[in-house]
Amino acid sequence: MKKKILLGNEAIVQGAMESGVQFVSTFPGTPASEIGNTFFKMSQNKEFKGYFEFSVNEKIAMEAGIGASLSGLKTLVAMKHFGLNVCSEALIPFLYTGTKGPTVISVADDPNCWSSAQSEQNSRGYSYLAHIPTLEPSDPQECKDFIKLAFSLSEKFKIPVMVRTTTRVSHQKMPVEIQSIPKIKTTGIFTRDIKRFVTMPPRVLEMKKELLKKIEEISKITEKSKINYISGSKNKTVIVSSGISHLYVMEAMQELKINLPVLKIGSFYPLPKEKLKRFIKGAKKILVVEELEPYIEKEIREISSKAQIFGKNLLPETGEFNPETVISAIAKIVNKKIKLKEIKLNLPKRFPQLCPGCPYWLIFAAIKKALPIKTTIFGGDIGCYMLAGFPPHSIQDYLFCMGSSIGIAHGIKKSSKQKLVTFIGDGTFFHAGMPALVNAVFNKSNPLIIIVDNRITAMTGHQPNPGAPITPNGIKIENIVKAFGVKNLKIIDPINQKEFIETIKDFSNKKEVSVIIARRPCVFVIKK
Amino acid sequence: MNKNFNIVITGTGGQGLITLLKIISEAALLEKYDIKTSELHGLSQRGGSVEVHIRFGKKIYSPLVSKNKADLIIGLESQEVLRAINFANSKTVFLINQHIIPIPFEKPISEIETIKKLKMQSKNILLIPASQICQQELGKSVTAGIYLLSFASFKKIIPLKSQSILSAIKQVVPKKYFEENKKTFELAKKNG
Repeated sequence: MKKKILLGNEAIVQGAMESGVQFVSTFPGTPASEIGNTFFKMSQNKEFKGYFEFSVNEKIAMEAGIGASLSGLKTLVAMKHFGLNVCSEALIPFLYTGTKGPTVISVADDPNCWSSAQSEQNSRGYSYLAHIPTLEPSDPQECKDFIKLAFSLSEKFKIPVMVRTTTRVSHQKMPVEIQSIPKIKTTGIFTRDIKRFVTMPPRVLEMKKELLKKIEEISKITEKSKINYISGSKNKTVIVSSGISHLYVMEAMQELKINLPVLKIGSFYPLPKEKLKRFIKGAKKILVVEELEPYIEKEIREISSKAQIFGKNLLPETGEFNPETVISAIAKIVNKKIKLKEIKLNLPKRFPQLCPGCPYWLIFAAIKKALPIKTTIFGGDIGCYMLAGFPPHSIQDYLFCMGSSIGIAHGIKKSSKQKLVTFIGDGTFFHAGMPALVNAVFNKSNPLIIIVDNRITAMTGHQPNPGAPITPNGIKIENIVKAFGVKNLKIIDPINQKEFIETIKDFSNKKEVSVIIARRPCVFVIKK
Repeated sequence: MNKNFNIVITGTGGQGLITLLKIISEAALLEKYDIKTSELHGLSQRGGSVEVHIRFGKKIYSPLVSKNKADLIIGLESQEVLRAINFANSKTVFLINQHIIPIPFEKPISEIETIKKLKMQSKNILLIPASQICQQELGKSVTAGIYLLSFASFKKIIPLKSQSILSAIKQVVPKKYFEENKKTFELAKKNG
């Protein structure tokens, strides 16, 4: 069979294509961005004949996906972990209604926060919260296989299925077997089915019962599925692992020259509990190797009372694993010594930097000239301009989640008399900044909001957004801001430093909300 | 090749580490090896420290190289290579571009200082002015990584045929840049 080196995210695309996906919606976010980027490219060069969109945010990507599924199309919705928070309000009832067209939700977590501010979220919690069947691939080949399996589970049980990856899976490459891509139809049809698609009480409680029944039925499949498999030879010490951790376990055994029995969990939810019970029966020691919160470990503690269970007492709950963390945990429980020669160097940190020529240099420089840095509060948001928090800028006093700079600014301005400036990018403004601006106008607070409009969603790899000039019929941010009733509004190219500085000074003293749209394209937009 | 071959490449965002990773893995695929790699995307790339891992051999599990298990560490910037010091063992080859990209507001670590520190793990250190050679001979230094990789293949520091590397370069780099990359490859052959 033909093999091609694919990134985990590209393998997800390949799996979806081989499944005959017809509708794809996403919002870019590392480590999931290449899923959207690849579909975008393939949709432009007509390699993908279905429908693709970069939605404005993940909730809308999910809702678009739900609409496509209700119309009978095979649908993929992709996002990073925080996107799952944004779309959860739409996702949870989707489990109740179930799907019409098979639907897979691809979610990438980022243990160690390599490319994520805000938190080290473990999206497996949503598996319980939403009762969403969840598969966890370890490598790109499994990414492709599990996506296909997820589509077939979804098709059979009329339920959305989640495929959860992590950075080291999404950004891992390996040779992946390539199969043929079926021809697809591009239109579906919505057929009225009120009993299924309307979540009104009292029907909604029946729907929940039906959902729980589906999960029970699916667990009969996952109990027997090959994606939960055992390797190694007989021993009283056994290992249970999932996701990327499994690869470190196998690596560790190779290095320690041992061959303990390992149960690799491919379906995190529903967990193959009977298989698990049989596997740990008679074991004296059980090591559970999973990154972040110990969900599988907790399940095992519930079913085993005799064995000694190791998990988060040996392995960290914060940060990602690497081969050493797993090797040393396994070495400890089998009483083997490992020798490591480590040299401690105190190296200066090389912070990521704004690119040479980035318009944000001009914006941050002007701010520093216009306002007293010590006494002004600086609100941060999600985008390249988060680098305001690093030297040499160091102007970022809070940072939470997409669009939050404005909502939090409003709360601070209602609580304190201090001067406050927030930064929000064009993509982030469209994503979740707009309702917060409406709220600040409606509830009358007066932050100075600088929309740093570099005409593209830059940080995640230059995807188009509704305001980007590459978007035909692009929406003008100034028209939105005006329509919201903001009276103090100026559009300034920050290269005009004098005007920019004076406007900041002026607007920071206003009694109502002020907005400066600091408009200058990202250097990469100019290059393109 | 009996055992797996482990490579760590260090540098800064924008130096083309992911391109090198692609070339090495495509070359390894041409030689029918199993391959696993790991890279990081997103904001972590914007001029910050970058480290990628490439492993190939008969059967590879982890995409990350274990501590003390690297066979080859390529440093595209001579300070950044220090961050990979603990992937080395006494046999590891350090192949380093003699090229400093200053860390803002920090005193640069001299190459002599770097070598002294690396020697605590391995004495096999090759410091090559790849950026300078490419700049002088080809008028630009962006192909320094290709130079080091090609050099490694001619010197048999990496167990991949030079021909496989060249084919992989052709496969990976955009057509309009192939000529300058090929010239870099030839230059490494001449000096290698």
